[in-house]
Amino acid sequence: MKNKNAVSKRALIIQRMCLAPYSVWAALFIVVPLLFVAYYAFTDNSFQFTFSNITRFFTATSSIADENGAAREVRTYLLIFMRSLKLAVISTFICLLMGYPAAYIISKASSRVQSILITLIMIPMWMNFLIRTYAWMTILQDTGIFNSMLGLIGLRPVHIIGTESAVVIGMVYDYFPYMILPIYSVMAKMDEKLIEAARDLGCNPFGVLRRVIWPLSLPGVFSGITMVLVPSISTFYISQKLGNGKFYLIGDAIEGQYVANNLHFAAAIAFILMVILLACMAVFQRAANRRAAV
Amino acid sequence: MKKIIELKNVTKSFDGQVVLDDINLDIYDNEFLTLLGPSGCGKTTTLRLIAGFESADRGDIIFLGENINDVPPHKRNVNTVFQRYALFPHLNVFENVAFPLRERRVPKSEIEEKVNEMLKLVALSGFEKRSVTSLSGGQQQRVAIARALVNSPKVLLLDEPLAALDLKLRKDMQQELKKIQKATGITFVFVTHDQEEALSMSDTVVVMSEGRIQQIGTPVDIYNEPKNAFVADFIGESNIVDGIMLEDRKVRFHGHTFTCVDEGFEPKEPVDVVVRPEDVDIVPEDRGMLKGVVTSVTFLGVHYEIIVDINGFKWMIQTTDFVDVDEHIGLYLEPDAIHIMKKSEYSGMFGDYSSYSMEMDEIGGLEDNDLSELGEVASAESESER
Repeated sequence: MKNKNAVSKRALIIQRMCLAPYSVWAALFIVVPLLFVAYYAFTDNSFQFTFSNITRFFTATSSIADENGAAREVRTYLLIFMRSLKLAVISTFICLLMGYPAAYIISKASSRVQSILITLIMIPMWMNFLIRTYAWMTILQDTGIFNSMLGLIGLRPVHIIGTESAVVIGMVYDYFPYMILPIYSVMAKMDEKLIEAARDLGCNPFGVLRRVIWPLSLPGVFSGITMVLVPSISTFYISQKLGNGKFYLIGDAIEGQYVANNLHFAAAIAFILMVILLACMAVFQRAANRRAAV
Repeated sequence: MKKIIELKNVTKSFDGQVVLDDINLDIYDNEFLTLLGPSGCGKTTTLRLIAGFESADRGDIIFLGENINDVPPHKRNVNTVFQRYALFPHLNVFENVAFPLRERRVPKSEIEEKVNEMLKLVALSGFEKRSVTSLSGGQQQRVAIARALVNSPKVLLLDEPLAALDLKLRKDMQQELKKIQKATGITFVFVTHDQEEALSMSDTVVVMSEGRIQQIGTPVDIYNEPKNAFVADFIGESNIVDGIMLEDRKVRFHGHTFTCVDEGFEPKEPVDVVVRPEDVDIVPEDRGMLKGVVTSVTFLGVHYEIIVDINGFKWMIQTTDFVDVDEHIGLYLEPDAIHIMKKSEYSGMFGDYSSYSMEMDEIGGLEDNDLSELGEVASAESESER
């Protein structure tokens, strides 16, 4: 007994030592920067405590032209935030719509085909994100690959680049794997006998999907939504390159302020975005847990 | 008696391997029928064919006179209790049992009434709101039974439902299943590799091996009059020796002529002779019909299990009289202790206890993967570890 204790104690020490490099890394590059963001958000240029950066986010106004050309006063950053949210929600929804059936079909394939398909889905992630976005620029340009293909089959070219659609396409393309992988991993683990049991108890294939597969795959769906929604809300590069900079998103706002050397206000926007996302996730997670507990 | 299910010339193979070879089987109303056999004999595949999870390569499955070959599982009036229960983890006990009723859009009050009735039948009243993952194996088993019975199916299919339970619980559940079957009057088709379970519960036992039915009969018939060496060996313990039928009721083996009760064989026909270990009387050597040397004695509580070497062939004998190793004893056989079987492909494969050890027997009993699950062997193995 004593001997066993000694062994487990040693194992514990080794475990902790193995964890040390990551702990140091996390402290230096995650915790400290976050503290800095918070510190900058609540200070002014001379590092005096202030709320002004935060209030500026909610109150700053600017005038834009509406459809009739008339000038209209809007809350700048709230408008940008809502726009980011809209595009992110649309992208997430499209990812879910495409990713869920795809994950289901992959999970039903033979294990060899499964690993091939999953690798195919992951391959784009091996390439740099910036390069992928540039590739989409050349594809979607007015004279790009997409339009020349339309021309080949006798269709008129469409103008995509510089529209919200282009931004959404970019987001869906970039974040799609993050939707499909968690859903797939839940489905791959699902007990085939549960599906047979549902069939046995009178469910047609659609009933099986609705009453067994869907509720059991919800944890994967929730984590997929989280993993797509969060990065697509804060992206800035995609909107600049594929939206021709016309759709200023919250990520662009942070970057813009940072480049303009307004570090404190950039930090404030980042801080508010983080708080909002964390609050959303908490609500979401609670809903998910309640769902799972039923 | 009314036939509920008929299997006619059913053949099924997986990846070129024949799992069911021309099976013919009638299942009658209100009977407790057991498909018994070792792993890979095709018993689970037979069950899955009836449930509709597999389709036969050839042959017909008839349900109440109608061919149901192409009827999908959700439209068949049979329900299944799965080996590892397959309860829905996202639903509580009540909702698991209510699952098939909600699919049929049964009115709320009726659902409540039926679910409560079922939970009472399986002695789980008061567990309605519990999560199924918090239940013990035996309780999960009961929920699975209640869920499968709530639709009042014509036939309940049970796929080794007790295999995952410990011995004591298994005995209790055997009794209970039998009781439920009597109370509901539903036909039970029960799959097991445990011959004791099959004998104690069934009205009809179907012994299967290598995709073929070896014998169909009542437990007593199967035990007392096995058709071939496979059945004799698989059901209980048997000494099986080569013999020659001299004439009706006269058989010669081990150099001695015995009186038996079997007739209808050709004169001089070679046969397999079965003697159950409990049917052998031990007598002093000079009074024995056969003489042998005791090579091992195992105390098993109720009786001793001894191995006796008779001219190089080892017999197993169960006796309450103590004999010692190396003792020379005589064996005496009453005519009705001897059962004669026609020669079969299984002749000579079973019934000699030369290499017998109890440990080997237990290892054999643990394998419960059916051939139909060959593709899932890995997952089944990891499951059985749980």
